[in-house]
Amino acid sequence: GVNPDLASERQTASFSVEKLTAWLDGGAENTLMRRAVVEAIERDPVFSRENQYFQSQNERYEAAVRKAVHLQKKMREMGWTENGPEYKYIYRALAGDVAFLLHRIFTRSISMLGSDKQITKWIPLASQYQLIGSYSQTELGHGTYLQGLETTAVFDITTQEFILNTPKISAMKWWPGDMGRSATHTVVFAQLYIHGKCYGVHPFIVQIRSLQDHSLCPGITAGDIGPKMSFEHTDNGFLMLQNVRVPRENMLNKFCEVHPDGTYVRSGSQKINYFTMTTVRISILSDEVIVPVMKACTIAIRYSAVRRQSKLKPGEQESKILDYQTQQEKLLPQLAAAYAFHFINDYLQELFDRAYRQIQKKNFDMLPELHALSSGFKAVVTQCCTSAVEICLRACGGHGYSLLSGLPSLYTKILASCIYEGENTILLLQTARFLIKCFMAASAGQPLPPSVTYLASVKPGRCPAKNKLHFLNSDIYTEAYQHMAARLVSSTATKLQDLIQSGVKKHDAWNQCTVQLAQAAKAHCHYITVKNFVETVEKLKTQAGIQKIMKHLCDLFALHGIFSNPGVFLHDGYLSGAQMDMVTASYLDLLPVIRKDAVPLVDAFDFTDKSLNSALGSYDGQVYQRLYEWAQKSPTNKQMSTAYEKYLKPLLHNKLSKL
Amino acid sequence: ATFQPELLTHILDGGAERTRRRKEIEALVINDPDFQHEDLNFLSRSQRYEQAIRKSSLMVMKLREYGIADPEEIYWFKSFVHRGRPEPLDLHLGMFLPTLLTQATPEQQDRFFMPAWNLEIIGTYAQTEMGHGTHLRGLETTATYDPATQEFILNSPTVTSIKWWPGGLGKTSNHAIVLAQLYTQGQCKGLHAFIVPIRQLGTHQPLPGITVGDIGPKFGYDEMDNGYLKMDNFRIPRENMLMKYAQVEPDGTYVKPVSDKLTYGTMVFIRSLIVGDSARSLSRACTIAIRYSAVRHQSELKPGEPEPQILDYQTQQYKLFPLLATAYAFHFVGAYIKTTYHRISGDISEGDLSELPELHALTAGLKAFTSWTANAGIEECRMACGGHGYSRCSGIPDIYVTFTPSCTYEGENTVMMLQTARFLVKSYTQVSSGQQVTGMVSYLNDLSRQRIQPQHVAARTVTVRINDPVSLVEAYKARAARLVEAAAKNLQAELNHRKSKEDAWNRTSVDLVRASEAHCHYVIVKLFTAKLSEVSNAAVRAVLTELCLLYALYGISKNTGDFLQAGILNDAQITQVNQRVKELLAIIRRNAVALVDSFDFHDVHLGSVLGRYDGNVYENLFEWAKKSPLNKTEVHESFHKHLKPMQSKL
Repeated sequence: GVNPDLASERQTASFSVEKLTAWLDGGAENTLMRRAVVEAIERDPVFSRENQYFQSQNERYEAAVRKAVHLQKKMREMGWTENGPEYKYIYRALAGDVAFLLHRIFTRSISMLGSDKQITKWIPLASQYQLIGSYSQTELGHGTYLQGLETTAVFDITTQEFILNTPKISAMKWWPGDMGRSATHTVVFAQLYIHGKCYGVHPFIVQIRSLQDHSLCPGITAGDIGPKMSFEHTDNGFLMLQNVRVPRENMLNKFCEVHPDGTYVRSGSQKINYFTMTTVRISILSDEVIVPVMKACTIAIRYSAVRRQSKLKPGEQESKILDYQTQQEKLLPQLAAAYAFHFINDYLQELFDRAYRQIQKKNFDMLPELHALSSGFKAVVTQCCTSAVEICLRACGGHGYSLLSGLPSLYTKILASCIYEGENTILLLQTARFLIKCFMAASAGQPLPPSVTYLASVKPGRCPAKNKLHFLNSDIYTEAYQHMAARLVSSTATKLQDLIQSGVKKHDAWNQCTVQLAQAAKAHCHYITVKNFVETVEKLKTQAGIQKIMKHLCDLFALHGIFSNPGVFLHDGYLSGAQMDMVTASYLDLLPVIRKDAVPLVDAFDFTDKSLNSALGSYDGQVYQRLYEWAQKSPTNKQMSTAYEKYLKPLLHNKLSKL
Repeated sequence: ATFQPELLTHILDGGAERTRRRKEIEALVINDPDFQHEDLNFLSRSQRYEQAIRKSSLMVMKLREYGIADPEEIYWFKSFVHRGRPEPLDLHLGMFLPTLLTQATPEQQDRFFMPAWNLEIIGTYAQTEMGHGTHLRGLETTATYDPATQEFILNSPTVTSIKWWPGGLGKTSNHAIVLAQLYTQGQCKGLHAFIVPIRQLGTHQPLPGITVGDIGPKFGYDEMDNGYLKMDNFRIPRENMLMKYAQVEPDGTYVKPVSDKLTYGTMVFIRSLIVGDSARSLSRACTIAIRYSAVRHQSELKPGEPEPQILDYQTQQYKLFPLLATAYAFHFVGAYIKTTYHRISGDISEGDLSELPELHALTAGLKAFTSWTANAGIEECRMACGGHGYSRCSGIPDIYVTFTPSCTYEGENTVMMLQTARFLVKSYTQVSSGQQVTGMVSYLNDLSRQRIQPQHVAARTVTVRINDPVSLVEAYKARAARLVEAAAKNLQAELNHRKSKEDAWNRTSVDLVRASEAHCHYVIVKLFTAKLSEVSNAAVRAVLTELCLLYALYGISKNTGDFLQAGILNDAQITQVNQRVKELLAIIRRNAVALVDSFDFHDVHLGSVLGRYDGNVYENLFEWAKKSPLNKTEVHESFHKHLKPMQSKL
């Protein structure tokens, strides 16, 4: 049965959990579909993650390959396709714990960067798994800064081939998934040389392992890069190329081509490359970042409603730790952030779809804004969610530290998202570059993209709030955020200009302002998040029950941001010290209000116990029983350790003479 | 570098002679073939446990062979053997033996101490239960005295009462000191400690009535067999209760201990160790990240020029140098607490307990403050190493997972902060009622004076000199005073509105934690500043002064709200502070590598491919990867098992 401590939390929900779930899913029909997919996957023992926490890297990798192979069969059985609406739910149900994810990137890169002829040749082979692909961009010495890649591809006119080389150790491809053990082919990014002239980084299809016996092809050195903080199931690999020759046709040539005589021809817009990166940055947010933070909140909040510790009132039962203000202050803002970022993801997705429709009509006007927002939000969302998962982990005390809580695995996996697809600091600076540009344009009276129009109206001001209740007015706090973001952008722009006018070189001036620039970019994203949350709540007018609790969460998210960064709001006197005390009071008042609905709010995320895979977070709240049962399954308890016979016994039987 | 790193190393070690001795012990361990083994990153948990227990047994023998007995020297030896990781005998050496020494009667020492010293008995310390950690009074294990047989009957009455987490319990120990609620003559007498045999000597099999095992895989601590223990009507003789203080007589009469304050002493000591550990763990992470940032070149700063070291980017400096300054600050704070503890424990043994409450409150807060900061700082260092920081070869993942539980063990950090707050509020109340307080909280005395001269706070604004550490200490002091006062007033307001004290306390606890943090922050800035005047070498003092300024100013720039709101600094000054922080980054840049070299971690101890002293990162990264278990065979077995069959079927 359900632990009474959790059951009681559900009886007092102020809203219908099922309705909220359906709304989060984008409609009840999506909820139905998701549940059907999850059930089909979870019912199949091959996909079980039951023993995950006890497995070695080798076992995890093997299981991931087995699952990936089995998934092909399952999809045919169920009539699911890779482009169908079920696909995202499949991935979610597997918790990403499956091989061949880079194979998909391999396929996608050929579809996007390859000519029709190349697509006809390679895509059928890939989709039937006649070959397994990877995607080799990052090198030992270079990641986000792509121009710095050192792998070379030299065109040899006599044989009509490219000769690929890893000229030095830092040029070795490093990190690509599926490459360490599985892949037979990969797309290698290399500096193209024709007649001794460098034409920059281009993609080449290279076979690395035999299709017969999987042994390495001549000139190829490849393997696994060794244990990481997580991703044990993925064979992230290294690749060294020594005079590896590929035919001229293996350069992906939708946008640039090398003719047989060595002429280099560029066709189409380079801007489209940005679009690919943008696509990936937006697509990781939901499954790799927001879902894990929702899971972490579910685990930590349910556990906090079950764990009782110390007493709030003498003579009574020990209190649920969720009743302590300090615990609420740790967890509830993370819950609000999970919702806020879920809505931001919707916002970005919508923006993306609009831009995509325009691009199909050869209109690239929206690209700079989309690129700036996707970079900034990738950085802000991954960073906030990573820290949110860590807060959840530590809020579970000692038991959070057990792998059986599920939290360490969520954490180690989500934190990789701060690095892959662009290092966060660099991404924030890209957003900042856009903001500064727009600010300058505004000063010159030029029109601005919709998300930054506020930069045109930067002016000093004072917050009009008179008492703490005023801070529950979304106009009041949205304006505070807008003012703060605009001030940070404008003051940084001014400083940058001052430096340049005082004779500092442009790049030096930029480097001297980067700390502030990154801060301004974050402030901008924070403002958009708050604004978007407010607008999302307004759209809920037809669902009064849900709207009320969402409004509370929105208030909490906004006020928590002010409470945690008071300096930037106080700095120019926009908020006074007295108003800051009102913010704090309003913020702390919200905690017990949301606390009442905390468990229903995580229930609404609708994760099955199997997908949480946590002894602390399951729906029934039987925490201690489960922890005890799972611990007993640990291999350390099943096998008699050889340590006793080999080391302990001699130690214990050791006599003084030996000491 | 503008200074000699060795001189700074001597300061950190507490003198040139200490450095020499540390390096001597380090060489003993590192050159000893018995302590060599495969890279732990490639071993399974079972194998890591096995390696650890092998090394621990050797360690105990060699320590005695070499005659190393000084606690600090033992600590060095142990951390070189285990490379800063936990080991299965930690609880035996660190808790079981010391507890016997302090809480056992002479008769009990005869029975248990020598066998334990000779490792015929290996013990652990079983306090935490599945359902209770920091809140000790909630522990549920019972020890019921049976006068008929003169035995205690130990029971784990519920699932939540199962002992959970003690290190060395899962597989290693044959005895445990068990904390249980004592029942005699039908009354509960609270928590007491009992020596409980758990495994058969000779066969190592669990004794009847004992269920014991390993709690399974964790985030880190792979070499530690954290265990569970369930007892069902397990009987031990009356003489197995540790009876130096409290006693149960043969007829069941309970004799109360003289003072319960003495147990504070041990807690203070262990928490002070965590402060030092925060400093060391953060120093290791900084060493790795800063050395790597000097080796890694990326992108361009000036068009057309070679790629710069990433350490030249302001954003990278802004991530790392404040942490470097923090690591130094925590070193000095750790040393201060250790010295103070030793001084006060001298007083304690002479019966003077007057300074204990303050020291207890201070270490609780500093334990929380430093472990939280270091925990976040280690992650920041890892993140600053980009993708390679995520590989286990960087060593930072291991530092993190080993360090992070210190936010929870020996007192959960939020609870610790609230203990400090309780002391602060008490001191504030004393001041309000006209009494004077002494020690680190004496700044609260000024508050009553300020009330007479309300313009005082405003006048302070212009007096802060941002290039003078002493003046910054005053700024931190004012901030702490303001936040303590605000929390105390909010608490009073809650009390005026509500009846229950506990409820009011809970509703103020976020404010109270902030007050404690501000107090700890002040103490750290103060201690760092005080340290500067003790440094005789001018070049070293200069570089430490830069670090101290960075630490203090960065703290202000991260908490501008507090300083602005209290009127301690104005907008223009905050802008200056932010600017000065960035100037200091550029100044510290030239000494950055020398400053981490001064921490003097041996490569073996550092355990990081990215943080190597010689900076040959990429070659060694490749060498390391080739040893990965997935590379044992060129074609992985899963090819034959899964891939090939699929390819032929499709």
